[in-house]
Amino acid sequence: MITLFENIGAYFILLSRVFKKPDNYKLIFKQTIHEMVSLGIGSLGLIAIISVFMGAVVTIQTATNMNNPLLPGYLVGFATRESFILELAPTVMSLILAGKIGSNVASEIGTMRISDQIDALEIMGVNSASYLVFPKIIASLIFIPIIVIYSMALGIIGGLVVSMYFDGMTLNDYILGIRFDFKMFSITYALIKSVFFAFIITSIPSYFGYYVKGGALEIGKASTKSVVYSSIIILIINYLLTQMLLV
Amino acid sequence: MIEVKNLYKSFGDNHVLQDISVSFEPGKINLIIGGSGSGKSVLTKCMVGLHEIDSGSILYDGKEFTTMNFKQKKKIRKDIGMLFQASALFDSLTVEENVLFPLEMYTKQTKKEMLERVNFCLDRVNLENANKLYPAELSGGMKKRVGIARAIALNPKYLFCDEPNSGLDPFTGIVIDQLIQEITKEYNMTTIVITHDMNSVMETGENIMFLYQGKNWWQGDNHEIVKSDNKELSEFVFASKIMKQFRNA
Repeated sequence: MITLFENIGAYFILLSRVFKKPDNYKLIFKQTIHEMVSLGIGSLGLIAIISVFMGAVVTIQTATNMNNPLLPGYLVGFATRESFILELAPTVMSLILAGKIGSNVASEIGTMRISDQIDALEIMGVNSASYLVFPKIIASLIFIPIIVIYSMALGIIGGLVVSMYFDGMTLNDYILGIRFDFKMFSITYALIKSVFFAFIITSIPSYFGYYVKGGALEIGKASTKSVVYSSIIILIINYLLTQMLLV
Repeated sequence: MIEVKNLYKSFGDNHVLQDISVSFEPGKINLIIGGSGSGKSVLTKCMVGLHEIDSGSILYDGKEFTTMNFKQKKKIRKDIGMLFQASALFDSLTVEENVLFPLEMYTKQTKKEMLERVNFCLDRVNLENANKLYPAELSGGMKKRVGIARAIALNPKYLFCDEPNSGLDPFTGIVIDQLIQEITKEYNMTTIVITHDMNSVMETGENIMFLYQGKNWWQGDNHEIVKSDNKELSEFVFASKIMKQFRNA
């Protein structure tokens, strides 16, 4: 229990250093662009594949479970759209990104720690926490909401492609379903969640990487811990935000 | 000049440094030697502010470093260059970008001026045509040279080198030693080198401090070390047969 509180304390101390006035805005901007390319653009392929297939599977599963003639055909498109916008794109994709980006961030910063690169920055008088973590947080806050929108679009397209070939439904029903009773707030809700998740996805792995001690084995452990903790916190925050925003 | 006075540092019950007092003079190669775990790296890290000390003082040209605030320390740190044991080059940056980093961080020079300085530093460490290579593409000796080039980019007054020739072949080790010696004289820097290499001790040691059990056990130069009758020092320096033969000769 004490360790947990120590970790929470150390995490907020790290954050207080991250959000101090940067030493050099030009370098931070350059680093942020670099992180956007490496963390954001590097994740687009994976998210595209997962979203398209997940959209297709959700559509098929919904269609096979709704073969009652009393249920309107457009419900399949409606269910696919709602599940993607409200949960699959913001939460499930964030959990996937917590694995991909989180392990990357923890191992990158951890390697810098054990190979003295962080000490080298400190000796140069650079606030290493700000220089290393701040651009990652900013890049993810900008890019992850974009990835979430991208995932929503691709998931719905995945379902649309399946609806053209699947026996139990028609393309027109699917299109009617994805347009039925659309509420703009669902997108806002998803984006609000994604901003919180983006912060978690980068700040928690940064913490585990920044304070790593030892060697390669410890970097591996820090990487695993960062994914586990990020995922758990994403799920808790997801519950709290849903309670606050939708209920 | 760097002066350390009555410095104590411990980690829990482990008293790593006890009552260390020593002066490191400019224009000289100041060596810190001692067995593994004797506190050499901890002393260096205390001097550059990576570790908080328990008590004592560290003076940079008469200015107390330990009580300075972040801004004041930052000013001193601009004058510090450090070469790490594993070079600590930034993996994601090329050789050129590594040396450019402190210049971009601290100077308001134009890109052209900064690149001129980078090329000057790389030439100075005899490393040409390596600007666009990444650290992973360099040999151990090349990494050390880039580390030195980065350390001298801002024309520091103080240079710290943590085992500069560890992991290098004997010839490259000598080249790195000579380079550090030349740079120290050329820029009249206060250079502090941690080393285990007895060849370096005999060749370059103008002011040698022997750390033993966390204490400043012996201090002198490379001539005095041969004549010293300090038991612990002799056991450390002349541990090998060849060094014993050298001493007897």
